[in-house]
Amino acid sequence: MAAGVFRSLSQGLRRITPFGARLYSDEARTVTLIPGDGIGPEISAAVQEIFAAASAPIKWETSDVTAIKGPGGKYIIPPEAQESMNRNKIGLKGPLKTPVGKGHPSMNLLLRKTFQLYANVRPCKSIEGYKTPYPDVDLVTIRENTEGEYSGIEHMIVDGVVQSIKLITEPASRRVAEFAFEFARAQGRDTVTAVHKANIMRMSDGLFLRCCREVAEDYKDIKFEEMYLDTVCLNNVNCTIENTAFSPYSDLCAGLIGGLGVTPSGNIGADGVAIFESVHGTAPDIAGKDLANPTALLLSAVMMLRHLGLHDHARRIETAAFETIKEGKALTGDLGGKAKCSDFTREVSKKVQEIE
Amino acid sequence: MAAVVRTLVGSATKLQWQPASVLCCRAVSTTMPAQDPAIPAPVSKPKGNQKVTMIPGDGIGPELMHSVKEVFKHALVPVDFEEIHVSEVQDWGQDHQDTVEKVIQSFERTGVGLKGTIHTPAWLQVGDLQSLNMDVRRRLDLFANVVRVKSMPGLKTRHHNLDFVIIREQTEGEYSSLEHESVDGVVESLKIITREKSQRIAKFAFDYATRHGREKVTAVHKANIMKMGDGMFLRCCEEVSKLYPRIKFENMIIDNCCMQLVSNPYQFDVMVMPNLYGNIVDNLAAGLVGGAGIVPGESYSHSYAVFETGARHPFAQAVGRNIANPTAMLMSAANMLKHMHLEYHGQMISDAVERVIKVGKVRTRDMGGYATTTDLTTAIIDNLHRGKFSNFA
Repeated sequence: MAAGVFRSLSQGLRRITPFGARLYSDEARTVTLIPGDGIGPEISAAVQEIFAAASAPIKWETSDVTAIKGPGGKYIIPPEAQESMNRNKIGLKGPLKTPVGKGHPSMNLLLRKTFQLYANVRPCKSIEGYKTPYPDVDLVTIRENTEGEYSGIEHMIVDGVVQSIKLITEPASRRVAEFAFEFARAQGRDTVTAVHKANIMRMSDGLFLRCCREVAEDYKDIKFEEMYLDTVCLNNVNCTIENTAFSPYSDLCAGLIGGLGVTPSGNIGADGVAIFESVHGTAPDIAGKDLANPTALLLSAVMMLRHLGLHDHARRIETAAFETIKEGKALTGDLGGKAKCSDFTREVSKKVQEIE
Repeated sequence: MAAVVRTLVGSATKLQWQPASVLCCRAVSTTMPAQDPAIPAPVSKPKGNQKVTMIPGDGIGPELMHSVKEVFKHALVPVDFEEIHVSEVQDWGQDHQDTVEKVIQSFERTGVGLKGTIHTPAWLQVGDLQSLNMDVRRRLDLFANVVRVKSMPGLKTRHHNLDFVIIREQTEGEYSSLEHESVDGVVESLKIITREKSQRIAKFAFDYATRHGREKVTAVHKANIMKMGDGMFLRCCEEVSKLYPRIKFENMIIDNCCMQLVSNPYQFDVMVMPNLYGNIVDNLAAGLVGGAGIVPGESYSHSYAVFETGARHPFAQAVGRNIANPTAMLMSAANMLKHMHLEYHGQMISDAVERVIKVGKVRTRDMGGYATTTDLTTAIIDNLHRGKFSNFA
């Protein structure tokens, strides 16, 4: 585990998609950019600025995503955005807001369903220069994205009694389990931990667990562990684990290393589609005030560069970002600094140009 | 002799005195008078002892119960245990209905009990989706689980001076045990949320906050995804909060809540949530203050109270190795005594536990020492009749 701590993130994420096509062309790649709501536009602009400074061969195709009612009364994402994504296969997405408890379904959920983004990958690694009570965190959470509690199937049977359906299917469980093992193998990680609550949900989580066990048989080189969700939470605040697969858990890891402002995330889908996103909220209270921290989106964008095989640019931008944080001169408010978003962006851009 | 003892533990008497009313709680009872710091030793010594149900459970449960019995014996606690062994793994494939029936009948007699964890295996027993734990919980209607997460002085953890309460609805939600395989390879699991039970737990949480002088209740949910189910839970909490204008009400989404708990747990006071989230948060929070061996918990229905550990794990790896930490179970037993109006004995035991941990000479492995369960129990027993409890025999 200690060795894992020193392994650089660049190595760690090199082959994020064992399934998707790897693209080695020198041509500029077009990427769909979904700026999102709230602080989304600011931090997207920051990322674009830094990418320009690094002269990364990326062309942005901005497309806004708002839920619209399609034929048949179902909410869909705008056809233009969908076309753009289908054409480019790669997307970068800022935060999208979801009204709580009413209105249209979560846009994030809709995106996930539309592009079958079945696996969510979140590496959590302590960043040097930002102190938390938990140093040396290095773990990756992989989460099944399309079903489970998030199925979105709910109905009120009689007044005052709501039934939500948690759906677990064998193909989806198997798919995410295979992805987890492929990912672990590609990254040189040695353990995959399946996180479940099969002692309570004996059939559904039992099915998930059975799939994991069966898949594990094919990956003898990687250690397979099983843990109850509650045990994981209990242990996780004391030690670190390597890889996991389940739902409400990944945000806990983000807390371990310093808020969602610094964690990147990628979503891998069927047909080689991949959307990289920052997982924080829209922060409407600081929107437009130039106070947001663009690190998470930037690191997600770096993850995207690696996915595209642009390792050199990825390394330079990442190093610049980490060094800026390490120096601590241009930190935004959430990391305990006083700098503005634009100061941070300028500093990173400057560093990117200096780094060979 | 008494003088020697007093000088020995002179520092210990300076321990922060917690009024018993803060530590204990009743599901249904009239207001409790504020406790005077000096609880007098009971004058009357009734011949009969009070009866308490004891379910040792699986794993280290029996070892912890042994520790509790030893401490109770030395503290001269006027309590008799009705011990009932319930296990899903040891009596494999048997019909447990008789045992469960016995447990229910015992609770009807005693009204209060101490319970270890009944291990629930993850694999399927044919036709039995409901675990024994859940069966007992449902039959007794233990709807509210309360875990007070409190840092113990002397124990090194990453956060200090934590003190917040997690209240969890534990009869419905994801734990409905309603599952079916619609077609091969597709399983549906039903999560049930009802208005009645949501209102009940919300009221419990606000009542708890009022009684214990807490200022804020945070409802934890995932209503952005489960708009109807968790949405209704959240609305019920909001409605109930209007009846308690002096208590602040907030809500938080479960994922953000988990993150905030590890980065800034000081913001929480009382938290109320549906079943599965409660399970997650209970364990996470227990990890913050030292682990499953430290944090006591309790479950309430309208007529029964069950005292158990805050994070419920059988810890089967430790069986017979004498390494389990009895702190959580002892604190829980102390809380039980306070609940039974045996404040004097309850306080004596919890003071002794706190003192031993604060001195820090005897630590089990989870606390970073090498002491055995027996060592820790003995140390606690040695500390029982000290300080203000020294003249009780």
